[in-house]
Amino acid sequence: MEINVLLFELALTFYFIATIAGIVDLFRGKKTTSRLAFYLAATGFLFHTANIIVRYVQGGHIPVTNMHEATSFFSWCVLILFFFHEVRYKLGLLSSFIMPIVFILMFSASIFPREIKALSPVLQSYWFGIHVILAFLGDAAFAMACGIGIMYLLQERFVKSKHLGGLFQKLPSLQVLDDINYHLITLGFPLLTFAMITGVIWANSAWGTYWRWDPKEVWSLITWLIYALVLHLRLTVGWRGKKAAILSIVGFVIIIFAFFGVTLILKGSHVFM
Amino acid sequence: MEILVVGLNHKTAPIEVREKVAFNGPKLEEAVNILKTSDVVKENIILSTCNRVEIYAGVNEIDAGIDGIKDFISDFHKVPKDLLDKSLYIHKGREAIRHMYRVAASLDSMVVGEPQILGQLKDAYDAALQNKTTGMYLNKLMRKSVSVAKRVRTETKIAASAVSISFAAVELAKKIFDDLATKAFMLIGAGEMAELAARHLINSGVRDVYVTNRTIARAEELAQEFHGKVVMFDDFPQELRHTDIVICSTGAPHFVLLKDQVQKVMKERKQKPMFIIDISVPRNIDPGINDLDNVYLYDVDNLQGIIDTNIQERAKEAEKAEQIVDEEIGSFLKWTASLTATPTIVALRNRAEEIRKSELEKTLMKMGPLEEKTIRAIEQLTSTIVNKLIHPPTAALKAEEEDKEQMLGIIQKLYNLQIESDDNDKT
Repeated sequence: MEINVLLFELALTFYFIATIAGIVDLFRGKKTTSRLAFYLAATGFLFHTANIIVRYVQGGHIPVTNMHEATSFFSWCVLILFFFHEVRYKLGLLSSFIMPIVFILMFSASIFPREIKALSPVLQSYWFGIHVILAFLGDAAFAMACGIGIMYLLQERFVKSKHLGGLFQKLPSLQVLDDINYHLITLGFPLLTFAMITGVIWANSAWGTYWRWDPKEVWSLITWLIYALVLHLRLTVGWRGKKAAILSIVGFVIIIFAFFGVTLILKGSHVFM
Repeated sequence: MEILVVGLNHKTAPIEVREKVAFNGPKLEEAVNILKTSDVVKENIILSTCNRVEIYAGVNEIDAGIDGIKDFISDFHKVPKDLLDKSLYIHKGREAIRHMYRVAASLDSMVVGEPQILGQLKDAYDAALQNKTTGMYLNKLMRKSVSVAKRVRTETKIAASAVSISFAAVELAKKIFDDLATKAFMLIGAGEMAELAARHLINSGVRDVYVTNRTIARAEELAQEFHGKVVMFDDFPQELRHTDIVICSTGAPHFVLLKDQVQKVMKERKQKPMFIIDISVPRNIDPGINDLDNVYLYDVDNLQGIIDTNIQERAKEAEKAEQIVDEEIGSFLKWTASLTATPTIVALRNRAEEIRKSELEKTLMKMGPLEEKTIRAIEQLTSTIVNKLIHPPTAALKAEEEDKEQMLGIIQKLYNLQIESDDNDKT
C-alpha cells in the first residue's frame, strides 16, 4: 500500500471512531466521552495532514486536482475550523455535530480514484493555490455554520417546547450558538467572495474570458447570493436565531450539491480533468 | 464504645414540637456541657437546625445511653417524655453511622441536596470541640461524614440542578442568553416569588433593571431596592424594546401583554431574543406569545414542571449517593474494629502463657523428679510474674484514649502478635 493511502485510511478510521464517540456523547455522554472524541479527531487529523503533505510532495502542487483530493482537502479545512472553535469556545457537543460531516466528506473522498496526476497546463497558475484555498476555507466555514445551525435548531426546540432534558443541559446556550453561526458566515462570505474574484481573474488569464456561465460558476454565484441574503436579512430585519440557522443549513446543502452534483452530473471546466 | 443518634426532624415532628426542643445559641453550649457530665454519655455533638434536632453520642451501654439522652432532652426542655417518644428516632451502631453520613450528604434533608446542612453540622461540631465534648469516636465519625458529603457532591449530580422557581428562571436565562451582564431586565408587578426571582437575576449580573407597577409608589420602592429605573405602567410595552428578560406578576385578572404588542416590539428590537416569565395566576401574558420567533415564554406551571423533573433527577442521583454511604459505613466499622482491644489482649496473654509453659516444662525436665508441692509452687511463681508483667499494658489497652490505635499497633509489633482482622460488622 502506498504511504499516502495508508495515511488516508488511518485518518478515515480515526474520524469514524471519533464520530461514533460524538454520537455516544449525545445520548449518554460524560466529560470523558467528549474528550475522547476530540483526541480521536486530533489523531486522525495528524494522519490526514501527513497524507496531504505526502501528496503535495509527490504531486508537486496542492492536492486538490481530483475529486478524492478535493473532498479530502475540504474536510481537512472543516477540521481546522473545528479545532479552533473547540479550543477557543469549548462548546459542548460540537464534535457530535461536526465529526459526522467530516466523516461523510472523508468517506466520499475514499470512493473516488486516488491516483496522483500531473497538473494540467491550465491549472499551472499562481492563482490556482489561492483560489482553491480561499474556496475551501469558505466552504468549511459554511459547513461549520451548518453544524452549529443544527445545534441551534435542536436547542431552540428544547427551550420553546420546555423539554429540558440532558441534551438541553449539554448543548451551548442559544446566544452563543447564534453568535458563532453569525461569525462563521461573516468569515465564510468574504472568503467565498475572494475565491470568486480570484477565480474570475484566473479564468480570464487561462481562457481569455471572465465569466463563461459554466455550471460550477453558476452554482457558486447562487451560493454567494444565498449567504449575501443571510447577512443582509440579519442586519436589516433581524433574521437571526432560527431563521439564520435554517438558512445556513440550506446554504450548505447547496454547497454540497454544487460540489458533488455539479462536478459529477453537470460537468464543466471545474470537472477535474 | 457504641455510636448512638437520638433526634427528630421535619419528617417525624411538626414545627410545634421541633421548636420546643431546639437548642438555640447559648442553650446549645449549656446542653453539650450538661451531657458531658453524664455517666453514660461519653461523647456528644448536638445538631439543632430549623428542620432537625439531633444528639450524636458515644455511649458504653446502648440502653442506658438512650434513656439518659431522652431524660436529658425531656428535663432540659421541660417536655413530657411521651410527647418525645412520638417524634424521636433512635439509631444505633451501623444505622447511626449511616444516619450521620446521610445528614451530612444532605440525603435526609427536606430538599435533598441542599448545601446548608453540611455547614450547620460543622458548626455543631465546632461548638462540641470548643466545649471538649467529643472524643476519638465522634471526632473520627465527624471527619468521615464531611468527607462522605464531599464525595457525594463530586461523584453525583445531587445538587446540580435548580429546585426552586427563581433558580430555574436564572438557569433558563443563562441557557438563552449565556452572559446576563449585557442584558436588561424588567419586573412587571410585584409579589414574593417575582421579587425573589428578580433578586436572583440581578445577583446573576443583569445590566439594567426596570420596574413597573400599577401603584407607582410600590414601583419606586422596588426600584430603589434593585437600583433600577421606574417605568410608568401604561408605558411598559414600549420599554420592552430595550428589555431582554421580563418577569411578570400583577394581580390583574386579564392579560396585560398581548401577542401583537410583543410582535411589534420584536420587530423594533430586530428580533433580539426575549425571555418572558409569567408568574401570575391567572396568567397575565398571552400564552400565544410563545409561538413568536425568538420569544420564550414560561409560566408558573412550566417552571414547576422543570423543578419536578430536577427533583426526580436528584432522587436518581440520591440512589448513587446511598451506595457511597454504604461503602463508607464499612470503612468506619473497620476502623472501630481495629480499635477493639480484646483480640490483642487475648493474643498477648496467649503468647505469655505459651512462653511460660514451654520454659516451665524445660526447667522441670532439667530438675528431674520433684515433689507435687514444689511443682505447684514453681507454677504459681511463673503465673504471678507473667500476670504482673502483662497487667499494665492490658490496662492501658482497655482505656479509651486517642492514641489507642497506635498503642495497639505498637504492642502487636513488640510481641509479634498476629491478630486476625475482624471484618464482621457489629451492630
